[in-house]
This record gives sequence, structure tokens and C-alpha cells, in this order.
Amino acid sequence: MGGYILRRLLHVIPVVWGAVTILFLLFFIVPGDPVQLMAGDRAVTPEVRANIEARFGLDKPWYVQYGDYLKRLATGDLGVSFRNNRSVNTILGEAAPASLRLAIWAIIIEVIVGISTGLVSAVKRYSFTDVLTTVSTAMLAAIPVFVLGAALQYFLGVYTFQHGFPDWARFPVQGIGPDTWTFFFIPTGSQWRYLVLPAFTLAAVSTAVVARMMRTTMLEVVRADYMRTAASKGLNRRQVVLKHGLKNAMIPVVTLIGLDLATLIGNALITETVYNWPGLGTRLLGAIVSRDAPIVLGITAILVLTYVLMNLLVDLSYSFFDPRIRYGKEATA
Amino acid sequence: MSTTATDQQTAAGAGAGAAIHAELPPSARGDVWRRFRRNRGALVGLCIIGVAVLAAIFAPLITFYDPAQINPAISRQGPSLQHWFGVDLLGRDLYTRVVYGARVSLRVGFFATAIAVGIGLAVGAVSGYYQGWIETVTMRTTDIFLAFPYLLFAITIIVIVGRGELTVVLVLGLLGWMTIARLFRSSILSVKQTEYVEAARAVGCSDLRIIGRHILPNVIQPVIVYATLFIGGAILAEAALSFLNVGIAEPTPSWGLMVAQGRSFLFTSPHMLFAPGLALFLVVLSFVFMGDGLRDALDPRLR
Repeated sequence: MGGYILRRLLHVIPVVWGAVTILFLLFFIVPGDPVQLMAGDRAVTPEVRANIEARFGLDKPWYVQYGDYLKRLATGDLGVSFRNNRSVNTILGEAAPASLRLAIWAIIIEVIVGISTGLVSAVKRYSFTDVLTTVSTAMLAAIPVFVLGAALQYFLGVYTFQHGFPDWARFPVQGIGPDTWTFFFIPTGSQWRYLVLPAFTLAAVSTAVVARMMRTTMLEVVRADYMRTAASKGLNRRQVVLKHGLKNAMIPVVTLIGLDLATLIGNALITETVYNWPGLGTRLLGAIVSRDAPIVLGITAILVLTYVLMNLLVDLSYSFFDPRIRYGKEATA
Repeated sequence: MSTTATDQQTAAGAGAGAAIHAELPPSARGDVWRRFRRNRGALVGLCIIGVAVLAAIFAPLITFYDPAQINPAISRQGPSLQHWFGVDLLGRDLYTRVVYGARVSLRVGFFATAIAVGIGLAVGAVSGYYQGWIETVTMRTTDIFLAFPYLLFAITIIVIVGRGELTVVLVLGLLGWMTIARLFRSSILSVKQTEYVEAARAVGCSDLRIIGRHILPNVIQPVIVYATLFIGGAILAEAALSFLNVGIAEPTPSWGLMVAQGRSFLFTSPHMLFAPGLALFLVVLSFVFMGDGLRDALDPRLR
């Protein structure tokens, strides 16, 4: 097992390297002018230009800069922003928690709501509940994140406000609010009111996809021999479904949750923009538009790394859901 | 313009399917159409897409204004008899812009999908057919592309290259081929050892002919299903990019742009948001329904 994890971790390196390289080259193919970017609208004297270029290594050929960047990346130093001269690591440290909190809640909703609705839908196949969830999940999976976000903002924020609904039905539509949390991710005070809409918006598409997948696999599992065996042993329906069914249906669902992370990252970008949530997405988008290469490269490297590591976790979880799956040496034995 | 051609072909194809079913004993194609027809969601999807396609083709005939004609005097006016969906910030008629927006969305959807399918088939074929180091290189490249958050990559490239419809189409196509390549590669691996491929090789067919004429028609079904879903995905991605202000530029009527503008006036003029948002939602949903229906119709073993 340890050897397998180590080998998989080594596979992470080329992927992150590839992503960073592609972006690095992209930023160099197009002649931008980082020095002018730093100066803003002010004119740049040749001396100042030479100074800045020397300081950031911009006077060297691109392959030397690329080598330097990779060297610094290997030591965990993501460089300095072109725009405000602050360390990218610091900026990441400021913006990451907000994104992480939003993502944690979205994944919690995705897993709990997605799996339970899919399960109920499959067990009560063709019932009213099943039809309702099938139709609503199909619709939810197709609704554009920013349309859903704006619709939620309107109906639960603006409309309820304009028509004098009670306070509990009026949600704030912008910003992160007081930003108070305990244990890093549990909202305290009125914080949850600011969290609800963005978290549901971000979770919606993924939840629907998970529910659909859960329903499909569960319908296959229900027909399996071991389910009949478990039932004929005299276990009650609840035990049969939850202990024998659910665990066996989990592998495709967990795989999907892992693969879906890429979608989740993209959707987080949009969700943060819609709700002005001060996370990595808003920072990244701002940096992309202003061509602040160090921030774009830094945040992207972190996002790709997270994505690849999460998928490694997903692969490792297989042996929990299906003990027949073994990794490393035991597999060949 | 070419969108028009593609759509007419699609429509003709569907019609031909029905005709075959009526006149001949059940053929494979008739079977597919019969199973597809039984799926209500898929039929509704097909109808909505049909309406969207017709609206896109005949946009000038069914609208009463110029999509770019501004009239600041009536800025942000709500729906009325003159302006069914209301008007936007610059006083442009939203009904007209939503109808013309179908052109943009469908064009982007079809062309991006065509590019993605083309690259995907080529990479998948080469990788599955030749194996060896070619396979290693192509599949590792695929992995790297897959590990990249799609939207993030698209935004970066567009910001660097410059926004516009052509860029969006190219970027969405160039970033979307990986799943098709994998699908096609595994399909090829599964039929490569079959007797009919061996027979084709024995009579001296070239590699290209074996892949194109003997393998492709036998394994194309999952690709067709994925491509249908991909059209919806590409339309969604274009809208998202335009919404984030890095996709299609004003004054082109893109649904994503319209939603973005409407969002700024959520408190006073929500109508600006709902018409384009609903159009986008319906079209994307239709492609999802149609893809699901096609999958069930093409592979009766599922479900």
C-alpha cells in the first residue's frame, strides 16, 4: 500500500509540471509588458524599467526564467505578484480559506443529498418520489450555475425583500458577511445566512449528477445475487439496502465525485463571481484579466495539485468500499 | 450558415428514420428511432432543439427589430406588447436578441463539438490502433489535459489570445477532445482483434481504410452519444465564458452576456435576466435529454 501511494504521488509531479509549463509558455507567447502592468498608467523611465526587469529576472531569456520559476516552485515559493509586489503565497493564504469553506460545504451537500436522494429514488423505483427526483435532477444538472445563482439571489433575496417577507426568508445576496467560523468551517452567528445560497449554488449541479449516478448503480446492485441472499437470510429491508447495497454501489459514485472535482473548480469560479465571495476564484479571475502571471500560475498549480491529490484519495477509498481491491504487492499475491 | 446545413441534415436524418420505419421491415436504424421515440424526455428535447434551430435560421423573419438597434429612451423597460421580453440597458429588444442568441449558441455548440470530435477520433484512433510509444505519449498528454480545470484553462487562453466567437469555438474544441479520444481508443482496442478487422487486413486494406471503413462504423455509437451531450456542454461553456466577460464580445447577442447584464439590475429589472437564462437552460436541458435518449436507443442492453 505504501509503495503504491508513493508511486502515485510521483505521477502527480508530471501532471502539475505539464500544467504549469503550458501556462508559463502561454504567458510568454503573447508579448505582454509586466513592467507597464506594475506601473499602472504612469510612464516608465528606462532606468526604472531596467531595475524592475533585473529584480524579477525579466531581462533573462524565457527558458532561464522558466528554469528559475521551476526551481522556486520546487521549494514552495510561488513568486511575487506583478501588480502589488506581494508574495503569491501570502495572497493564497488569504484567499484559500474562503474557497475551501465554500467547497467543503458544497461537497457535504453533494454527498449527503446526492447519495440519499439517489438511493431513495432507486429503492422506490417508478414511485412519485422517483419520478420527481429524476426530473428535477435532470433539470438541475442542466441549469447553468450563474443562472441558478442569479435566480436564487432574486427569489430568496430580492423578491422576498421587496415583498416584505419575514426575515428568515431574506438572504443576503453579496459577499461573505461577518466571516466568523469555528473549527475552520462551521459558521457561527449570522454567518450561515451568507453561506447558504453560494453553497447550494455550487453544490447543485454536482448533487444532481451524483444522485443520477447513485440511482443507476443502485438499480443494478438491487438485482445482484448477494442482495437476494441477504434478504433471504432474513435481514430487514433497511439492513439489506444500507449494509449490502449502498457499500457496493459506492464505487462508481465515488469515482464520479472525484472526476467531478474539475467541474466543481470551474463552477466555484462562477459561484464566487456571482456572490462576490472573496476566494481563490475571484482572485484568479482578476489576475487572469490583468495578466498577473505569477498569481495565475500559483493558484492554478495549487488547484491542479488539489485535484490530482483528491483523485488519489478517491482511488484509495476503493479498497474500503470493496475489500477485494488491493493495491501494491498484495495485489499480485 | 453552415449551422443551417448541419441542422437540415439532422432534420432530414430524423425524417428519413421515420420513413424507413413506415415502409420497410424493421431495420437497425428504424429500431433506434423506435426506441428513441418511446423516450418522452428525448422527444421533448428534440422538439425544443428543432424550435431553436428554426428560430436561429429564420431569426430575421420572426423578429421585428434589429438586434443591435439601441433606443436609450426605453432603457430597461419591462415586457410589453411591443417588446415581449422587455428591453435591455441600451433599449435593445430582448425578444429579438434572445432569438438571435440562438444562432450564436448553436453555432458555437456545433462547431466546437465538430473540432472536439475530429481531434478526439484522430488521437483515439492513433493511440488505440498503433499502441507502443505512440500510445504512451498520446495517453499521457490526454491525462495532463484532463487534469486541468477546463474552464480555468479556457479563460486563460482566451484572455491571452483575445476574445471573440472564433476563439471561443477553437478553445472549447481544443480542450474538449480528451474523453472522446479515450472512448474511441477503448472501443478500438475491443474490436481490433476481431475477425472482420483481420479479414480487412488480409485483403490488403490500408490502415486508414481499416480504421475509417471497418472499425469506425462499428464503434461510433458511444461517440455519437457523447457528442450530443458535448453540444449542450459547449453551449453552456460559451455562456459561462461570456458571463465572466471573457467569451463573446458585445454587441453580439450571446445569452451569457445578456444574463451578466441582467444580473446587475436584479433589484429593478429582473426580466433582463430571465428570458436569456430560460432560453439557455431549455436548450442545454434538451441536449442532455436527447443524449440520454440516444444512449438508451443505441444500446438497448443498458437499462
